[in-house]
Amino acid sequence: MSTSLALHNRRKRRNGVMMALCVVAAGIGLAWLALILGALVYKGLSGVSLAVFTEMTPPPGDAGGLLNAIYGSIVMTVIGVIVGTPIGVLAGTYMAEYGRFSKLTTVVRFINDILLSAPSIVIGLFVYELLVRPMGHFSAIAGAVALAILVIPVVVRTTEDMLNLVPNALREAGAAIGAPRWVVIRSVAYRAALSGIVTGILLAIARISGETAPLLFTALNNQFWSSNLNAPMASLPVTIFQFALSPYEEWQQLAWTGALIITLTVLGLSIFARSLTGRREDR
Amino acid sequence: MTTVSEATPLSSAMRSRDATVRRFAFTDTVFREATRSSAVLVLLILSGVAVSLFAGSWEALSKFGFSFLTTEAWNPVTENFGALSPIYGTIVTSAIAILIAVPIGIGIAVFLTELCPRPLRRPIGIAVELLAGIPSIIYGIWGLFVFAPFLQTTVQPFIIDIFHNVPGLSSLFAGPPYGIGLLTSSLILAIMVLPFITSITKDVFDTVPAVLKESAYGIGCTTWEVTRRVVIPYTRVGIMGGVMLGLGRALGETMAVTFVIGNAHRISASLFAPATTISATIANEFTEADGQLYTSSLVALGLILFVITFIILAIARYMLMRIDARTGA
Repeated sequence: MSTSLALHNRRKRRNGVMMALCVVAAGIGLAWLALILGALVYKGLSGVSLAVFTEMTPPPGDAGGLLNAIYGSIVMTVIGVIVGTPIGVLAGTYMAEYGRFSKLTTVVRFINDILLSAPSIVIGLFVYELLVRPMGHFSAIAGAVALAILVIPVVVRTTEDMLNLVPNALREAGAAIGAPRWVVIRSVAYRAALSGIVTGILLAIARISGETAPLLFTALNNQFWSSNLNAPMASLPVTIFQFALSPYEEWQQLAWTGALIITLTVLGLSIFARSLTGRREDR
Repeated sequence: MTTVSEATPLSSAMRSRDATVRRFAFTDTVFREATRSSAVLVLLILSGVAVSLFAGSWEALSKFGFSFLTTEAWNPVTENFGALSPIYGTIVTSAIAILIAVPIGIGIAVFLTELCPRPLRRPIGIAVELLAGIPSIIYGIWGLFVFAPFLQTTVQPFIIDIFHNVPGLSSLFAGPPYGIGLLTSSLILAIMVLPFITSITKDVFDTVPAVLKESAYGIGCTTWEVTRRVVIPYTRVGIMGGVMLGLGRALGETMAVTFVIGNAHRISASLFAPATTISATIANEFTEADGQLYTSSLVALGLILFVITFIILAIARYMLMRIDARTGA
């Protein structure tokens, strides 16, 4: 009796210790988030002023803003999304509608999942070999293409998942009144899956707006205002990279402010995206 | 759908119906082919990546051959390049990161599935996933300006003091405390892959049939025993898939590591020493590389990274597909 009681106590103690460790683990996870956000707000907020949004990136040792970098980021993100989204949506449509059980779909799904987690710097190297080397110079177009390649797998994944959730009875109802396949897809399936597909696109925007590595040697950087798509263009992440590693205090402060802007944008986008569907896809 | 007869009064209506059907069939074919070629494009992108990296690195690979993988030297002046130290840095940092992140990630998943009060479950789950959404450059700037100085002034001198006359460990934790280096990068990477491992582990924990857990609880098992003996064995493949996915991320992670690794092309026994990884080397040196061979060697590094991550991610997907097939999801 006493040994079984001792065993019981030992098991209970062991359980208590392990469960306490699990709580500690969750605490650690939340603490990191708080630490990082706290440091960002603390260091970044003091540099936020109107000048950040109205002035160009300064030369070393001068005050200035991030206008050209913010502009470049927006331009390349928008082009990347405009190029990448249709391809991603169409590919996802094939996988869920026309070729749901085909061999091609299985292969594409596998490759797409790998592309989803592939190192973004490798995508940068690919676009460098594909566009920058033949064109002979760095350009905003190359940067936008690199971002588009990062958009595609995210959108493919969510589009396919969301279309697979659309009940087949809906499609059959469309087919029964004589609508051809593409009309059924466009007016029934897309409409039913719309919020999920939009979530995917928002998550893709959230992902590329903070990407640095694929822009380093595609769009490069630019100290000045440039709206020429065929020339190097500044972007917020690359500017942060350059400024943070510099020895100049003004640049480091701008880097922190830029980091705060990016983080708030990305977190805002992903919270908004999640609130649209309430379910998580980007696995 | 050919015309039935020219003489019937319906013939003109039939003809227009015919035309409509043909138009529908045509549009449908166009749309189907558009979706199909987009799907094929995804394959082309990945093969394009492989081909272009191979072509770009050909010069370096043909000059150095297999010794590229086993040479530690990295000298742009004498144009002698070897990938050993970046490969070493990449593998060591990722391995340490995974060793740290896996127990914590599983712990959080257990907390979320077994312990957490229901109303808190979703907010905490989302908070952990938000960690995954923070861009890596943010981890980098935080690591460089906040985390590394903290390690340099408090943690590292302390560890060096403790281990300085323990054989073996003394060289592993040899000073001076730079703050940046292998261990700092590993810790930042651990924070970065934690959300990936957590969310996948939590997802596969949710696939365990309630009946299995309830029968274990029914014979008097504690929560820990249920987790250890029922949940983890049942989901082993899925957890491994999540770990591999995290490993793939850690291997390819660029910006966060570039900030805190120190970019030194040498292999030191100490975890406090500056080192470099494949991605950090490319990010730091690519735009400044002059000379065909230098650029080509950097692309070759990219090719090595691509091959390593491809294999790891393929294994991860294979494992996750197996658990998906079992649950019918």
